[in-house]
Amino acid sequence: MTTAALNEIQSHPSGSVRAGLQDPPLVRAALVALALGFAALFLLLPLAAVFAEAFSGGLSVYWNAIRDPIAAKAIELTLIVAAVSVPANAIFGVAAAWAIARFEFRGKSLLVTLIDLPFAVSPVISGLIFVLLFGAQGVFGLWLVAHGVKIIFAVPGIVLATTFITFPFMARELIPLMQEQGSEEEEAAISLGASGWQMFRRVTLPNIRLGLLYGVVLLNARAMGEFGAVSVVSGHIRGLTNTVPLHVEILYNEYQSAAAFAVASLLALLALVTLVAKRALEWRIRQETRA
Amino acid sequence: MASNRNSVLPGFGLTLGFSILYLSLLVLIPLSVLFFRSASLPLEDFAAAVLSPRALAAYELSFGASLAAAALNAVFGLLLAWVLTRYRFPGRDVVDAFVDLPFALPTAVAGITLTTLLAKNGWLGQILEPLGIQAAYTPLGVTLALTFIGLPFVVRTVQPVLEDLESEAEEAAASLGAGRLQTFLRVLFPALWPALVTGSALAFARALGEYGSVVFISGNMPLRTEIVPLLIVTKLEQYDYAGATAIATVMLVASFALLLAINALQAVGRKRLAGAGAAP
Repeated sequence: MTTAALNEIQSHPSGSVRAGLQDPPLVRAALVALALGFAALFLLLPLAAVFAEAFSGGLSVYWNAIRDPIAAKAIELTLIVAAVSVPANAIFGVAAAWAIARFEFRGKSLLVTLIDLPFAVSPVISGLIFVLLFGAQGVFGLWLVAHGVKIIFAVPGIVLATTFITFPFMARELIPLMQEQGSEEEEAAISLGASGWQMFRRVTLPNIRLGLLYGVVLLNARAMGEFGAVSVVSGHIRGLTNTVPLHVEILYNEYQSAAAFAVASLLALLALVTLVAKRALEWRIRQETRA
Repeated sequence: MASNRNSVLPGFGLTLGFSILYLSLLVLIPLSVLFFRSASLPLEDFAAAVLSPRALAAYELSFGASLAAAALNAVFGLLLAWVLTRYRFPGRDVVDAFVDLPFALPTAVAGITLTTLLAKNGWLGQILEPLGIQAAYTPLGVTLALTFIGLPFVVRTVQPVLEDLESEAEEAAASLGAGRLQTFLRVLFPALWPALVTGSALAFARALGEYGSVVFISGNMPLRTEIVPLLIVTKLEQYDYAGATAIATVMLVASFALLLAINALQAVGRKRLAGAGAAP
């Protein structure tokens, strides 16, 4: 550092150095206004529009759209799909995180990269690969037809595509969390004579429970809202293979706008609940890591 | 093949075995089928599908609109991340939470909502119409939908870097008489850009494959507003499995190349941060 610069520092009271770190008030105000304007236009306005459109036909239209038996079927299917794919990916996430965060082995970084793979695949392609495997023209097509098993244009295909799309979420949350927590407590439990299962239930599970819950929230939101992949494998059979997002699409394309947005508002509510739960969990996790 | 040095803890074989089995059955084998199918196509059929004028127009729109959306997100994502980490203002927490809305809102809902907003008689369309701007059913609408989808990627990648940035370098610059803009360009931006590029690349990758939020707003006119994922769906609906497979393979290779580039970028970013931390 030059002496001139040192003199400069000494000649300034520390307050003015602080001031040099602050943006001028006018710049601040302009940046905040611009950011808030963008957020209002791109985030708040669409959310408000969902609910405004949903009630544009009045309460009775809203109520009828939601209570429609076909909508009820779609909700039921969406819940079934989430009930299978969320636990499946959660179990995989815990297993993968245990192997990756607790042990050293060759090919570990390759495994981590491969787990992220579904994130790089377009939803449409995620559906397509299962059509290529199990569709009528697919690898197992003839065999499946001969045995009367339907996967594509049926519920199993929807479950498969959704599980593929949401595959990385849990592992992604748990791997860094478990790496950060370290293995001392688990090693202590084992050396004190706990069985593997006891260690998992009494030590690992309580330690990762918030991360696990966080992962489930994200998994669930994505599983219930998935559109592209499900659209390719579902066949859009009303009352049979339509999930809630597909039901919204059909209503919208039939120019039943108010009904489409009424059903969409349920998904928007799910999104809001997800955001609140995500925030609350992030806050709890920060609290715990600080403590 | 695997070596297990940490032998105190149980369950290595079980969890690794299960993970690899599940990964293979659900992800690797299904994905490889796409490549096998593609490889079994006669070369001229593959080329005809992949290089048809309709496919070329779709690549152009998908790459162009995704790039434009990523650029928009780079600017506004950085702005939002900056404002959220540096300033305190009423409603900051709410805005911060809402940044994740595009992650949480199902894409079909985003699609019909943006279309309704931007249609001629929509809240925004009404304002744009007299200005001679048509957003719904044009490439502009596609770009706006992709911007919505990609926003959280940039904000959530840049935000932690801004939070962790050592204030010492900034203080030094200020005490040496650098103006705010100079400090930003010379001190902050060099530390930020790997995260900014990574976030934008993630937004770009997501936009390339995006389907639900775009199909409603694009109008789906072949050669004009047809994105690649939609072209794949259209081919499938016409039972042109070969065509769909060929185009999907091109897309997938592009996405994987992007994923590798992003991984490399993240490594650069980590090195930079570590380097900055170790410097005296």
